[in-house]
Amino acid sequence: MSKGVAITGMGIISAIGNNVPENFHSLVSSKAGISKISHIDTIHANEIMVGEIKTTNSEFEAQLQLEENSYSRSPLLGIIAANEAIAKAGITNINDYKTGLISSTTVGGMDKSEQYFYEFFNSKNHWQHINGLHAGDSTKKIAEAIGLQESFVTTISTACSSAANAIMLGARMIKSGRLDRVVVGGTDALSKFTINGFKTLMILSDTYNTPFDENRKGLNLGEAAAFLVLESENIVASENREVLAYVKGYGNSNDAFHQTASSENGDGAVLAMEKALKVAGLKPEDIDYVNAHGTATPNNDLSEGRAMLRIFGEGKVPDFSSTKAYTGHTLAAAGGVEAVYSVLALQNNRIYPNLNLKKHMKEFDLRPQTKVIEKEIKHVLSNSFGFGGNCSTLIISKEA
Amino acid sequence: MSKAVYINSIGSVSVQKTFDNSEFLDQITPYNDTVASVIDPDYKAYIPPAQARRMAKSIKMSTVSSQTALQEAGIANVDAIIVGTGLGCIGDSEKFVGDIIDNNEQFLTPTRFIQSSHNTVAGQIALGIGCKGYNFTYVHSAVSFESTLIDAKMQLENDEAKNILVGGVDEMVKHHVDSHRLISHIKSEPADSSNLLKSNTKGSVMGEGSHFFVLSNEKQASTYGELVGVECYNTIAREDLTKKIVSFLNENQTSITAVDLIILGNNGDVDFDGYYDDLCSGIFIDTPQAYYKHLSAEFDTASGFAFWLSAKVLKTQTIPDVIKLNQLKASKLQTILIYNQYRGENHSLVLLRKC
Repeated sequence: MSKGVAITGMGIISAIGNNVPENFHSLVSSKAGISKISHIDTIHANEIMVGEIKTTNSEFEAQLQLEENSYSRSPLLGIIAANEAIAKAGITNINDYKTGLISSTTVGGMDKSEQYFYEFFNSKNHWQHINGLHAGDSTKKIAEAIGLQESFVTTISTACSSAANAIMLGARMIKSGRLDRVVVGGTDALSKFTINGFKTLMILSDTYNTPFDENRKGLNLGEAAAFLVLESENIVASENREVLAYVKGYGNSNDAFHQTASSENGDGAVLAMEKALKVAGLKPEDIDYVNAHGTATPNNDLSEGRAMLRIFGEGKVPDFSSTKAYTGHTLAAAGGVEAVYSVLALQNNRIYPNLNLKKHMKEFDLRPQTKVIEKEIKHVLSNSFGFGGNCSTLIISKEA
Repeated sequence: MSKAVYINSIGSVSVQKTFDNSEFLDQITPYNDTVASVIDPDYKAYIPPAQARRMAKSIKMSTVSSQTALQEAGIANVDAIIVGTGLGCIGDSEKFVGDIIDNNEQFLTPTRFIQSSHNTVAGQIALGIGCKGYNFTYVHSAVSFESTLIDAKMQLENDEAKNILVGGVDEMVKHHVDSHRLISHIKSEPADSSNLLKSNTKGSVMGEGSHFFVLSNEKQASTYGELVGVECYNTIAREDLTKKIVSFLNENQTSITAVDLIILGNNGDVDFDGYYDDLCSGIFIDTPQAYYKHLSAEFDTASGFAFWLSAKVLKTQTIPDVIKLNQLKASKLQTILIYNQYRGENHSLVLLRKC
């Protein structure tokens, strides 16, 4: 049984950068990626702000040497991020160890399905997108792109906690010896489907999202993909890998409260954090930084704030911030994006500011970090919560 | 020392009358079509009618099959809920997309959007029984259900959980059927269920269903059998399949000759049934062979029906004639291997044993 689960590679593409260095630069320069929407033709364009990646599908397809309009956007983003992660890990043959791919998505190929929903029946021009509606199709395309064969490949969809769960499953599979190496993460592109869906729930902000602010108006949707390469201690030793960080703890629970809302006191979140601390063998006071889910919806930030107070205690909550003000809420990818940011926090001993905060929430005395801070960071706790009551926590650490 | 994993109960809603655990394919419902719908149980006995009206079919089917499984296992709650679904509540997703287009993004209501989240079934079951434990949803085509088995098996072996509810569910809806018929994934010509494998046409007959099971690391009176091994592969070249199966059996300390029944996922697609034919005339030529997709029809989690079938065979120690692919008699029914693939991708092997 492999005890340490090493992170040996990571890749990301989000509204604040097309790779890891660009993302880090934006984070420490307080440069948000929130803008008006430009790639999707929606009647809500003037009422919403999004975390959009400005590169077009055609540009991605040219870069990946794919035919024009052959893939939907989620697999394109996923391939970019997975390729970066694998290159960073220094892997030259993906099949040289027992390797798996665990991706996650909520929309999959919905951007194309909604575009050609009726047209499929009038012309065969876009039939390549019919099968793209299957969430697993985006993962299959990533597996093909990285050349993975005869391997465990699966997809998780637990709404906004998806990629955190992909990382958790990957870590468990390495620990149990089922896999030696696994590429884990998630990808989600913007779509009319999610824009209109969140609109009906009335939790979209019409301006820049403001996590943990008293007057927060809701979230900005974003798009992103992020992947990590996890490897066993065996590979790390035999390949002499540079280890970026370790997946030290993980916890998953269900709030079992409401299909879309979080319970008032964050029961599910508390359970997820407790389990993660237990798996990591750490005490709450060992955590140096919390990368909060912090979507900037009235419900999430209150519930999560209360859950943090229950875990850490009044006056003892460590430095925390939400990075959703930079990227928007990238749904399935969010847990992956924030895992990459957690690794960067450990590598650089930096805490990122919680942007756009003007007035503290009245319900409790919680002060998110609003400036870039430099300090020794050993353990980062990252939360991801989603519809269906899904709550997940990861703890990422410098040491195994 | 890792613990053994037992199948303590089953629950099924399928194209056949399988919702009553006291029966075992006693009456077969044939079809001659390109699609096949489930035989509805009396949903009212499980769900208040007012709630049922707004409920997606996947949720309804899964309420019945998960409650059946929990009841048979004699437990009110579980440590984890793990669901596999290729498409989730696709009916709601399609209606929501249709509404977006038809109404130019106006006058939309949230219910359809909420239900279209792939994890709705797992979330609803958790909400229904008040389960705050581990909750996961896999959405990877033909290995969505097998992913739940792998996940549950790891937790039970390591004693991280005692009872886990696993299941696979998919519902069939019009736009999905019509669009997938365009690309020949679904047959254009009706196929007769009694003669499915001789249809000689492209694509499969699309179906739907929901299968739930309580897996546990403690054996009890209701136990059907042991889940010995499960593995998924994104690709396997046809010529490498035999080698892969032999090594899977070896890893599980068993062999071809020890397999008493092989259950295959043939769906009558002339382009992809060759994988199964190779095994029937190859390594498993001397093994009793069975198939099931003429009964369940094809969908992403149809292999849940095969798992249900295997559990039934192990417990009743009978192989219904309707599933037999060859006439070899099983001298004993101790070990069953399930092999499935869809369109040449997402292969899975599941090994079960009588206990």
